Amino acid sequence: MNLASLSASYLRARPLQTALSVVLLALGVGTIAMLLLVVSQLEERMGRDARGIDLVVGAKGSPMQIILSGIYHLDAPTGNVPLASVQALAKNRLVKRVMPLALGDGWKGYRIVGAGREYPEHYGAKLAAGRLWQKPMEAVLGAEVAARTGVGVGGRFAGAHGVSGQGDEHGAAPYSVVGVLARTGSVLDRLVLTSIESVWQVHEEEHGPTDEEDRKALEAEREVTVLLVQYASPLAAATLPRSINSQSELQAASPAYETARLFRIVGVGVEALRAFAVVLIVAAGLSVFVALYTALEERRYDLAVMRTLGASPARLFGLLLAEGLLLALAGTALGLALGHGFASALGALLAAEQQYPVTGLAFRTEELWLAAVALMVGAAAALLPAWRAYRTDVARILAQA
Amino acid sequence: MLSLRGVRQRYGAREVLALERFEAAAGEHWLVLGPSGCGKTTLLHIIAGLLRPSKGEVEVAGQTLAALSGAALDGWRGRTVGIALQAQHLVPHLSVRDNLRIAQYLARAPQDDARIAETLGALGVADKAARKPSELSHGERQRVAIARAVVNRPKLLLADEPTANLDDDAAARAVDLLTEQAEGHGVTLLVATHDARVKAKFGHTLRLGAP
Repeated sequence: MNLASLSASYLRARPLQTALSVVLLALGVGTIAMLLLVVSQLEERMGRDARGIDLVVGAKGSPMQIILSGIYHLDAPTGNVPLASVQALAKNRLVKRVMPLALGDGWKGYRIVGAGREYPEHYGAKLAAGRLWQKPMEAVLGAEVAARTGVGVGGRFAGAHGVSGQGDEHGAAPYSVVGVLARTGSVLDRLVLTSIESVWQVHEEEHGPTDEEDRKALEAEREVTVLLVQYASPLAAATLPRSINSQSELQAASPAYETARLFRIVGVGVEALRAFAVVLIVAAGLSVFVALYTALEERRYDLAVMRTLGASPARLFGLLLAEGLLLALAGTALGLALGHGFASALGALLAAEQQYPVTGLAFRTEELWLAAVALMVGAAAALLPAWRAYRTDVARILAQA
Repeated sequence: MLSLRGVRQRYGAREVLALERFEAAAGEHWLVLGPSGCGKTTLLHIIAGLLRPSKGEVEVAGQTLAALSGAALDGWRGRTVGIALQAQHLVPHLSVRDNLRIAQYLARAPQDDARIAETLGALGVADKAARKPSELSHGERQRVAIARAVVNRPKLLLADEPTANLDDDAAARAVDLLTEQAEGHGVTLLVATHDARVKAKFGHTLRLGAP
């Protein structure tokens, strides 16, 4: 017998109250742990996807939509921009590099992205198999695309119109897979990469150029969808977006600003959920307090008897405190397990939707703080009952028998 | 062994106990007799160090109680004094065995299953070790309460109204158990009661009058 087993025996003697306290605390801790995991993973992931990209330029429209479609490949693009704007922007001395992307097609829900070979290089992507594209109609699959579709090097597929690949199939222009990328933990994992020329070729063949003149006309009209821009100097941030936005058909969007705005919008929901979780934890603290405090009345003889058996008031205080801490410990452990379980379940749900990957198997140091706070709530709730136990007037209680 | 001098206990203006002098030698069995409210329980609490007297000096087994403070007094009590309370004062959700083990744990004595089994055996309740107090008869609970009082081999055994609510036979048996347990180990025994039925079994009687 020791302090822990003795206090645990008291908790076991009141299973319903014990379960209520533990479950309330576990729900509160679990909700906060899940938010911690999911929000931090999304922020980390979105930060990684946007790293090194200072500005995204697209057709006039919502800057948020340009960021979501151009960097994260979650939304439809706002439109196309003329190829000439790429050259104009690249010549600007405030610009270090411009990476044009041509979007518009998809395959089995994954986006086909026409890009230069510097695009995978930007994310530090390495090939798991095969090689990068060299000719039009050669495609390289992101790691998740290859894993989910089961298609590897040597495979062939036809893209379909619409970024999600739900539209008409471009059956006439099948892509051949020449490489598969190793997992990067970035947006590349769920993209199909090809050259920009491939995207043009697919759409020009649709229209079927009949003669040399038509072909020339189509070539002059070639467009890309978004431009990912790296600044040469921090000065660019002050002037470049404004000068781009002054051009009638272009819209510049700052990833840093737009993702911050996105998290502010999402943050309201996160904050509401977090506040709800805090209420749950406070309710758990009250439940611990009420359970211990009401039990004191029927336990006063026990406590007095313990004093006759040699327990000091401090040990009775410790016994009650240990009960509060044990409840908090059980609630915290269950809560953290729930939080990771929720995050895993959400991850499985998002994976099925081919959205952002979230895992419950990651740990964050904030969870230790969360556990510390939960334990303190348990201890604080036990403080007053423990004080009452400390003050047990043995002689008076035994004399009342 | 036990020595009280000029002990007085007051609650406000009301004096509940006044005892000029009381001495008991080691191994003696004393009956503390008197009507309800004469301060028998108060006397036991003072001797056990559960209550500090308003006035006077208490010495038990060579230890002046006033010299011990707080936790030291509690520890001393756990090691030196066995207190048999009325049978209902067992911890309800613990088994009989754990009700004895908690006495060893709280007195910081070694947790000794063999000693627990031996003690329960001596009181004839060895087969109830795994039972909860609520599953025992009144008499069995009383035996367990006595077992708990003697499990740590106290030098002084105190019993408060051990025959309350018992018929003549049961009352005689309860007193026999206490005296047997005390005799076997040279323990000084004090039994407080208003029950004159058991008077014959004791060599020494301290009679407290109504104050």
